[in-house]
Amino acid sequence: MSEQAIDRRKLQVSDEVAIQITNMNKWYGQFHVLRDVNMTVQRGERIVICGPSGSGKSTLIRCINRLEEHQAGQIIVDGTELTSDLKNIDKVRSEVGMVFQHFNLFPHLTILENCTLAPIWVRKVPKKEAEETAMHYLRKVKIPEQAHKYPGMLSGGQQQRVAIARSLCMKPRIMLFDEPTSALDPEMIKEVLDTMIELAEEGMTMLCVTHEMGFAQAVANRVVFMDQGQIVEQNEPGEFFRNPQSERTKLFLSQILGH
Amino acid sequence: MPKQLTYVRGEMLAPKEPPLREAGVVKWLRENLFSGPLNTILTLLGLLATAWLLLHLVPWLMHSVWNAGSLGECRQIIAATWGEGATGACWAVVRERWPQYIFGFYPQDFALIARLSFADQYAAAGGYEGVFGAAVNGAVREAFIADLRANAGLFDLYVLGYWRPILAFVLMFVAIAPVLFTALPRKMIWFSLLYPALAFWLLWGGTVWLPVVALLGFAVMGAVFTLLKDQLGVPVSAGLGLVAAVLWWLFAQAPVTAGLQSALPFGLASVDSDQFGGFLLSIVIGVTAISASLPMGILLALGRRSDMLLVRTLSVGFIEFIRGVPLITLLFTASLLLQYFLPPGNNFDIILRVIILVTFFAAAYIAEVIRGGLAALPRGQYEAADALGLDYWQAQRLVVMPQALKISIPGIVSSFIGLFKDTTLVAFVGLMDPLKGITAVVRADIDWKGIYWEPYIFAGTLFFIICFGMSRYSMWLERKLKTDHR
Repeated sequence: MSEQAIDRRKLQVSDEVAIQITNMNKWYGQFHVLRDVNMTVQRGERIVICGPSGSGKSTLIRCINRLEEHQAGQIIVDGTELTSDLKNIDKVRSEVGMVFQHFNLFPHLTILENCTLAPIWVRKVPKKEAEETAMHYLRKVKIPEQAHKYPGMLSGGQQQRVAIARSLCMKPRIMLFDEPTSALDPEMIKEVLDTMIELAEEGMTMLCVTHEMGFAQAVANRVVFMDQGQIVEQNEPGEFFRNPQSERTKLFLSQILGH
Repeated sequence: MPKQLTYVRGEMLAPKEPPLREAGVVKWLRENLFSGPLNTILTLLGLLATAWLLLHLVPWLMHSVWNAGSLGECRQIIAATWGEGATGACWAVVRERWPQYIFGFYPQDFALIARLSFADQYAAAGGYEGVFGAAVNGAVREAFIADLRANAGLFDLYVLGYWRPILAFVLMFVAIAPVLFTALPRKMIWFSLLYPALAFWLLWGGTVWLPVVALLGFAVMGAVFTLLKDQLGVPVSAGLGLVAAVLWWLFAQAPVTAGLQSALPFGLASVDSDQFGGFLLSIVIGVTAISASLPMGILLALGRRSDMLLVRTLSVGFIEFIRGVPLITLLFTASLLLQYFLPPGNNFDIILRVIILVTFFAAAYIAEVIRGGLAALPRGQYEAADALGLDYWQAQRLVVMPQALKISIPGIVSSFIGLFKDTTLVAFVGLMDPLKGITAVVRADIDWKGIYWEPYIFAGTLFFIICFGMSRYSMWLERKLKTDHR
């Protein structure tokens, strides 16, 4: 957990809407995972989504880049509505970066190749330029010396930082984090959170599913609590942790902060 | 007193060497061969069996005869040298008949031998027109060739004589090298793509314009694909490109070839498919089917996992039907049934028909092997590729296939080895495969009647060398591609 407090005054949230989710519903077969979710994300916001397992928080952010399909309602990302139109989906995906719980690096490619693959093939950036960009972001996540190794030779924390760099190489306007630190050893969590904090300081719009409440307090401008596929409560972090309103939130917080 | 509970380590321990294991031959023997009564008995039985085998095999090999004109002569030599009743191998049959095992009945290029090594005699006999011309009496030609055969050296007879298949074989290595070894320059792949047409022309001969015009069909396909790709997307424009190419081959191929040939006549003597045989035939069928079945198997495996109902149904139907039928049935279909469905008078080459069905057969198996590799990939790999914005074909080509194929290497290579050995089954449709076809011809010769082990050992050894080579390559490739460090 990071002790680093960041200067929130510097972080401007603009009025521009980055993501607009309206009455969104999703079912897995008969199971109603997401129920009437409404959410507006302004550019520059850092939102932490938390909730018990099975509450639909991962599914929610996976809907935002269409790794999951929603069946009712509307999701508009950067002015593009997500429909079954493949062109829109590819457009949204190249604007939205995603970091997974299990890193999902490509094990057959070196770190550098992992980072340059999408810029070269999706953005059609020349190889040399893509490599320069990749090295820039690898330096940013503080592992430029690993560029020519394979993912299997790196520690979990290093792999997750590479995964963040890989997403950044596409120069995304929005970053989604799906439990980025849950698969890491405690010693490695800090290095990943530090990278994420740095990203927040630069004004990246971030949606982060995490149980790192220290991170939420330090970085987030809004905490969203979900249960049973719906948004139960949301508030700015100070208020959310000090003074939760719903019984469900109180119970959840007492369980994760209780010891 | 309770035990002391607090403990603080003063200094960290440095790593030490592991204890030296007791080593030595005696220990190894005891552990591996004589570890108990049962093992001891099995070891002794194994030693006895090996000794018995060697007792028979060693004299047979030691008494080998390499120079003889017939099996009878072999036996006489063995009896004279090693005494009555001695057994020995008669490799003389291999020495005499190896060209048939390698090339079948592929005609030797006597015109070339004559021109290069017997220029004076050739000129005296009247050159090409005087010996090989259409108007020349067959007996004159036979006499000239018999004279050549008697006087020509080994290089003349076999290297010059069989220059076309030998050149095709050597160039095959140049063509497959960039596919097998990624360290080689990528530009070499262009030669690999042209090689099939070149090899076809070298082996079957005929006008050079036939393969050239056939290659133009691929150029047509590529042109249609590139022009339409941006408007219609990859699958539709690829399909239209294929249609355009097929139309080219059906309607433009013959007139364009004929036109070019009459304008610029250039070609090699034609060789009939019946004249192919031995390892030449096996390698032609095997290599073509191997290189065609891998891409086909990949497409079938992807088709079987596709979300599109029609694509999936067709792939499943194809795979299950082909896998459910013995290869020999397919070969009979190739040799007999296909002829009924084709328009009368159409002489669709038998080797080509066999290659197509062997390819289908191998592709069905390879598709299932690759599907296993695809299933072994974690879902996260697909998701990561999607999340980065790669489209379906990019994700397959750059992320999924490199990993799935790596997992499938042992299975794919097993299929290839099986396919190569299965090429001997073409004997059942009257082609001269090295194992049964050529050996039957050799054993039908009055000189070699009754010979049994030697031809089979020879053919089997060559098969073993080729298959073992494939297996070693696959192990090397697996080691090279091992990047996951699990």
